[in-house]
Amino acid sequence: MTHPLRGRAAVVGIGSAGCGEAPGRTANELMAEAALAAVADAGLALQDIDGIFAATSTHAFPTLSVAEYLGIRPRYFDGTNVGGSSFEAHLLSAALALDAGLCDAALICYGSNQRTAGGRLVSMSEPQLHEAPYKPRHPITAYALAASRHMHQFGTTRAMLAEVAVAARAWANLNPAAFARGPLSVDDVLGARMISDPLTTADCCLVTDGSGACVLVRADRARDLKHPPAFLLGAAGAGWHRAVMCMPDLTITAATDSGPRAYAMAGVLPSHVRLAMLYDAFTINTLLFLEDLGFCAKGEGGPFVQGGAIAPGGRLAVNTNGGGLSCVHPGMYGMFLILEAVTQLRGDAGERQIAGLDVALVHGNGGTLSSQCTALLGTAAAL
Amino acid sequence: MSRSQTLWLQLGAGMTGPGPEAEYRAHLREGRFMIQRSRATGVHVFYPRVAVPGTGEQDLEWVAASGLATVYAITVNRTREGSYNVALVDLDEGPRMMTRIDGIETVPIGARVRARIIEQDGAPLVVFVPEQAA
Repeated sequence: MTHPLRGRAAVVGIGSAGCGEAPGRTANELMAEAALAAVADAGLALQDIDGIFAATSTHAFPTLSVAEYLGIRPRYFDGTNVGGSSFEAHLLSAALALDAGLCDAALICYGSNQRTAGGRLVSMSEPQLHEAPYKPRHPITAYALAASRHMHQFGTTRAMLAEVAVAARAWANLNPAAFARGPLSVDDVLGARMISDPLTTADCCLVTDGSGACVLVRADRARDLKHPPAFLLGAAGAGWHRAVMCMPDLTITAATDSGPRAYAMAGVLPSHVRLAMLYDAFTINTLLFLEDLGFCAKGEGGPFVQGGAIAPGGRLAVNTNGGGLSCVHPGMYGMFLILEAVTQLRGDAGERQIAGLDVALVHGNGGTLSSQCTALLGTAAAL
Repeated sequence: MSRSQTLWLQLGAGMTGPGPEAEYRAHLREGRFMIQRSRATGVHVFYPRVAVPGTGEQDLEWVAASGLATVYAITVNRTREGSYNVALVDLDEGPRMMTRIDGIETVPIGARVRARIIEQDGAPLVVFVPEQAA
């Protein structure tokens, strides 16, 4: 039976601003510019927006900040913060709110000036009581621990992890908007400065500025707007821990729970997905999510990505914008997964365009592998 | 006594005095590494909680940890100020905790380690050392 929410709402507008470096701009300014760009892209007016969804690393009450800055009095708002996966969670709650008539045009947004403001990852995350005395440098320490375990259990090598960064860079080289472009080899990654064994600087995402926003409306209205809609086919979130010490198995994420539920809602199988936007804060993430979302068996993520299999021309297109590793990563990257998926579904991705794409998967990750939110977007052909 | 007064008393029952977090630290200050165990199921719990996670059963008692554990995952953080490891270890009783393996740069996953209580920044802290060195 078709899920009642399948295809009921669609992303009809996308926008971004200041991706890379945006010196002299505040997070609010960047967020507003992305929001206005998304509203204009949808062919709507700012006054049409009556639902606001936001999460950032610097605002305690992001929906209030956005509403005030833009001068909107939303009928519905949701500031759920599950780290970088917040925006995939917002897709689901926006679709619910739209379907219930609680709002008619939902704006999801994010913005940060972390690179020019401080040059390092900004986080409001509170230290975990039973972790902090051991001085983990989260998030990287948590992901390094997961990588150590994956290598131990499955024979994954640093060269396999490096393939993820190399593939991301190859995609970035096809994306004029990507921040890190230029040649990158497996040897470059292996030779980069070690930060938290086994992860080097090249296994870690960028620290950039940037903002992103998207607008959703109900499907019937979506068809009358400027661009081909990217329909929300399915979405689901899952979280099994907050602190990485409470993660039951560091090689199995809650994407094994969010993924199947999102696929089921969408009526889609992993084999239908030809673009996977996977939150690659670190190279290990991509391996874990390829496994947990059904693209390969558990433990086979390393061999799966070898030989350029997720690079341009490979067997599965992954993170075609260049990912958090090479395109943009202003702290909470989940928003940008959606922007690239929609760009690809519209056929607007230029040199990196996946031909004939009708279904894209976006998978957000938050905290220390803590929150996992999966969404499937599709063109009208996928309905 | 009114019905609402009775309800308030019930809600407040058992909530006097320090919580499990404070009790854990008090034990550590006296040189004891204690963890919790469910009286009914024998399942051990760490970090200290007011109830068994998942079931909400409030039958937790304090028991001495054996101090023996196996390294589950480990990394070495490399900073300008120097390098140090951060590990996750599985206590023989079951629960996992974050810790540091002291006295050595790193150890293989699967290594047996033994707990020690040290003082760090004026507070007691559980670290581990390789079993053969213990």
